[in-house]
Amino acid sequence: MTVHILLFYFFAFIAVASAIGVITLRNTIHCAVSLLLTFFCVAALFVLLEAEFLAAVQLYIYAGAIMVLVVFVIMLVNVREDLPQPGQIPLNAVAVFVGIGIFFFLMFVIMAGDFSPPRGIYTAAYQAANGGQTKLIGKVLYTEYLFPFEIASVLLLVAMIGGIILPTRRRFRRNGKGKGEMV
Amino acid sequence: MIPLTYYLGLGAALFTIGLIVVLTRRNILVIFMSIELMLNAVNINFVAFSRYFDHLQGDIIAIFVITVAAAEAAVGWGIVVSIFRNRGDVDIENINLLKW
Repeated sequence: MTVHILLFYFFAFIAVASAIGVITLRNTIHCAVSLLLTFFCVAALFVLLEAEFLAAVQLYIYAGAIMVLVVFVIMLVNVREDLPQPGQIPLNAVAVFVGIGIFFFLMFVIMAGDFSPPRGIYTAAYQAANGGQTKLIGKVLYTEYLFPFEIASVLLLVAMIGGIILPTRRRFRRNGKGKGEMV
Repeated sequence: MIPLTYYLGLGAALFTIGLIVVLTRRNILVIFMSIELMLNAVNINFVAFSRYFDHLQGDIIAIFVITVAAAEAAVGWGIVVSIFRNRGDVDIENINLLKW
């Protein structure tokens, strides 16, 4: 049990530290690597929470797919490092205060909250007796949540079309008769 | 067992950091990355609630959040690339096409 809590502190500390790195680092690629470290720590925390399937999904989709996309776009789009202009404070102080205020509000709600919702049936023992968590997630996803699942597939189709159409270079060329064609 | 509030506090901290990045940075790429960070913070909360109260709904919703994040990444980064193609820079101070 103490190992659990030590691991939690370890990964939580690295996650928060690397998330702060996303704020403070000036080079975009350093921000991306810092974010990748955060994603790894969140996956480790999912493992600590005994959510193995989600840890794997987190690594595949966030650390794998999304970060590859991010790095490719950083490579294509050269952003100049947004160094603070002379006379300008590096971080907007008002935004930082608002953020810290929201954090304390959230912590207040968490501390004051009485979390006692109705408990479900999926205890660790039940999961172990019924073929493991991944199988149960699949069962629930394809029966109880079938309709949201289908909507998600439509969303992914739309995103795929958008991802193909949007970055493609198109020029609108007039052909002299008031009509144009996409080239 | 680690208290549930630890996970919720971590989620709140990551969410707040993401929010501060969105409000302060002018680099559109970093803003997009921190939106992913905020979605991740919410996922921690979902999974923690799901595990502490013996449900699976939290895991399912976390999967949907990841799906939406993937779709958002594809379209969002496509928009960034196409803005860069058309204008030559992606400084958010200069992107005011829809402002009137």
